[in-house]
Amino acid sequence: MLEENNRMFGGCSNTITNSDCQYTPQGINAAFGYNTANLSQNMDEDDDNMCPEEARRRKQQMLNDIRSLSFAIVELAQYLDTHPNDQKALCLHQEYCEQYRDLTDKYQRIFGPLTIYFPCNRWRWIDEPWPWEGGMC
Amino acid sequence: MWTYNKVLQYPINIKCPNAKLAKFIISQYGGPDGELAASLRYLSQRFAMPDQKSKAVLNDIGTEELAHLEMVGTIVHQLTEGLSIDEIRAAGLGEYYTDHGVDVYPQSAAGMPFNANCLACKGGPIANLQEDLAAEQKARATYEKLIDLCADDPDVLDPLRFLRQREIVHFQRFGEALRGVQDKLAEKRFFMNNMQNCPNNMMNREEEN
Repeated sequence: MLEENNRMFGGCSNTITNSDCQYTPQGINAAFGYNTANLSQNMDEDDDNMCPEEARRRKQQMLNDIRSLSFAIVELAQYLDTHPNDQKALCLHQEYCEQYRDLTDKYQRIFGPLTIYFPCNRWRWIDEPWPWEGGMC
Repeated sequence: MWTYNKVLQYPINIKCPNAKLAKFIISQYGGPDGELAASLRYLSQRFAMPDQKSKAVLNDIGTEELAHLEMVGTIVHQLTEGLSIDEIRAAGLGEYYTDHGVDVYPQSAAGMPFNANCLACKGGPIANLQEDLAAEQKARATYEKLIDLCADDPDVLDPLRFLRQREIVHFQRFGEALRGVQDKLAEKRFFMNNMQNCPNNMMNREEEN
């Protein structure tokens, strides 16, 4: 019920499907200077049997995708702060937020937490090197 | 990197503006033992810490201090909202109003603008963590003085009590981090070196010549 109300008043939801969001990768992305609507590369789902080099490569790839999505969201948010009625930007923001949510969730399940708000059975927060030590780069 | 959450760490709803209290409390915004100094101190010290635990503690407490900075700024803002010029003048905020209006400016209660001289990054993990322990105690003492000064307004008292308690918890965490660093520094160290394969070794260089 709350979510219904929320949707009626143009509110927020992670799962909202905005019927206005009919953009083409060329149109919107051309307008915002992005090369592709999909900033993350689709990767194979078989995560077993990965050699260490392959695991490292995938980690790098996922982190790069997370960074790209994160930057796109930051940039769009700043643009939307001064252009709150721009439907195209709103759609693109929604698209990237969904991708960001899915990808960070997947990354953190495999490679450990990116924030303290991701629960772990073991406290992996202090295992990985910090960004200033070349971790997460 | 950081992201912003649009929620205060602890709720603040001050119903009665009070310029005199704002004049005191602003010290915890930009004063020598304030939240800005605390955050900068920890987030700057974390880079060169020798073990993972102390890096994590400094990172995560330094982050929480930014949330406290927002809380103190909110208290000052709500205490000065809708005041008349006469009330501002009567509270001794005339000088502040001249330069900053009712913006929240990082300064001490005595009007000194924020200065990084009030924090140290000493280049030694023990010195740094001892500084952090002292900083938490100084902030706790400051909050206790503010609690004495604000005793008649429960809306102000409540968040101040929360902030005071956090100083105590942080002191505890820094104490644990310090013990971890001391243990690490006291460990026996083993050096393994294969002189033959070391390209910068003087002996090898002489052979090349």
